[in-house]
Amino acid sequence: MSYLHNIGQYFLMIKAMFRKPTKWSVMRHLIFKDIDDLIINSIGIVSFIAFFVGGVVTIQTALNMTNPLIPKTLVGFATRQSVILEFAPTFISIIMAGKVGSFITSSIGTMRVTEQIDALEVMGINAINYLVFPKFVALMLYPFLISIAMFLGILGGMAACVFGGFASLDDYIAGIQMDFIPFHMFYAFVKTFVFAFLLATIPSYHGFFMKGGALEVGKASTTSFVWTSVAIILLNYILTQMMLS
Amino acid sequence: MIEVKNIHKSFGDAKILKGISTTFDKGKTNLIIGQSGSGKTVFLKTLLGLFTPDQGTISYDGKDYSDLTSDEKSELRAKMGMVFQGSALFDSMTIAENVKFPLRMFTKQSKSEMEDRVDLVLKRVNLDDAHNKLPSEASGGMQKRVAIARAIVNQPKYLFCDEPNSGLDPRTATVIDNLIQEITQEYDITTIINTHDMNSVMEIGEKIVFLKDGLKEWEGTNKNIFKTDNEAVTGFVYSSDLFKRVQKMYLDEDL
Repeated sequence: MSYLHNIGQYFLMIKAMFRKPTKWSVMRHLIFKDIDDLIINSIGIVSFIAFFVGGVVTIQTALNMTNPLIPKTLVGFATRQSVILEFAPTFISIIMAGKVGSFITSSIGTMRVTEQIDALEVMGINAINYLVFPKFVALMLYPFLISIAMFLGILGGMAACVFGGFASLDDYIAGIQMDFIPFHMFYAFVKTFVFAFLLATIPSYHGFFMKGGALEVGKASTTSFVWTSVAIILLNYILTQMMLS
Repeated sequence: MIEVKNIHKSFGDAKILKGISTTFDKGKTNLIIGQSGSGKTVFLKTLLGLFTPDQGTISYDGKDYSDLTSDEKSELRAKMGMVFQGSALFDSMTIAENVKFPLRMFTKQSKSEMEDRVDLVLKRVNLDDAHNKLPSEASGGMQKRVAIARAIVNQPKYLFCDEPNSGLDPRTATVIDNLIQEITQEYDITTIINTHDMNSVMEIGEKIVFLKDGLKEWEGTNKNIFKTDNEAVTGFVYSSDLFKRVQKMYLDEDL
């Protein structure tokens, strides 16, 4: 029963997020602050992970292609497909559920514990709109981050491929251009937008409705990471089934 | 003036408020006292509109809260100031930004008008040199004064304080009590303070409502609390020998 209660409360929170909007002059600052906290501050870690995991994907692919009849261009092709279809949108989103998700849960949860949310509500402010809506808007720039991850993942693959001697630069570049289906990019970005929505709202829900003290803020962050990851993986499966099969 | 009639509030099976009726007068410091678990905080949060009563009515200057539209409720909320037990200052804002916050949210004042008002209010709470400090850099007493400044900056009609001097040394606690009383008289607002500090009762208790087990057990002033023979009140007030001596002093003065 508590699962149903939480799911219902989550959807009510989403509805409340769009009601009784905060004054634009205040909201504008909150949005810019959240873009900085959630997007700009994640560029470094996302770039680092994307570059090296792209390299690992290339090495794994190349090492598993033992048949000399398979063309070397397939290394670049497989890397591109893996990075665009799964690694950048899904794998990075799960990492972001840990980084951004726990930041959102702990910052909102701390505001709950220290009665700052009560202070907003007493003033007649829609605390959900004030706290969650700017995060939602900021994370609509998440596809920008995923684009960087896609580019650097393929670049990392290229570096690993060439410097590891698995294929020539020309073969790799020919591979990443081979049989390109633009719909795959559309599919990847639809997933990215859905995951961005989950990344903004599930951690916010766990922070906003938490009860207890400092210890519970930590527990709420962990719970939020688990549920955001579960939701991302489930929706990844559903969207893949709907859009690709 | 705030008028409360037969307020009930339960959480699940736990009945917290069991039918409280009283009035809180304008221009006076009204105190809600009682032991821990007596329902003080729930009562205060119900008065603030954070909890909806299961039964009963709350009227603010004659207007029943349950009859107000959503916009009217928001308008009323903007006229309420609240000082939380832990101050509840926004961590990411400086002291001046914290105080300016209600003005940014609810007024159309220009930047310079807002800054002038913040300067004036911070001066009023003796914090005219703390504008750029973060709440984490301020002492407990300073944080309380910032919370009071934030609560009064938008000229509220109602001021609510939840244990405003808890965790403060006796001298700072007295300063905070006196500041709240002065502001109440100066701005002619209805102030309700939730406390179990007997020093506050003595200093500023112009009207006292004593709660026990979710019911109003007694009400009166700081003068006649020493004359009551209500056992629940005397048991609470005279839990310390100091107040037994204070009672004797009061009664001797009357004679």
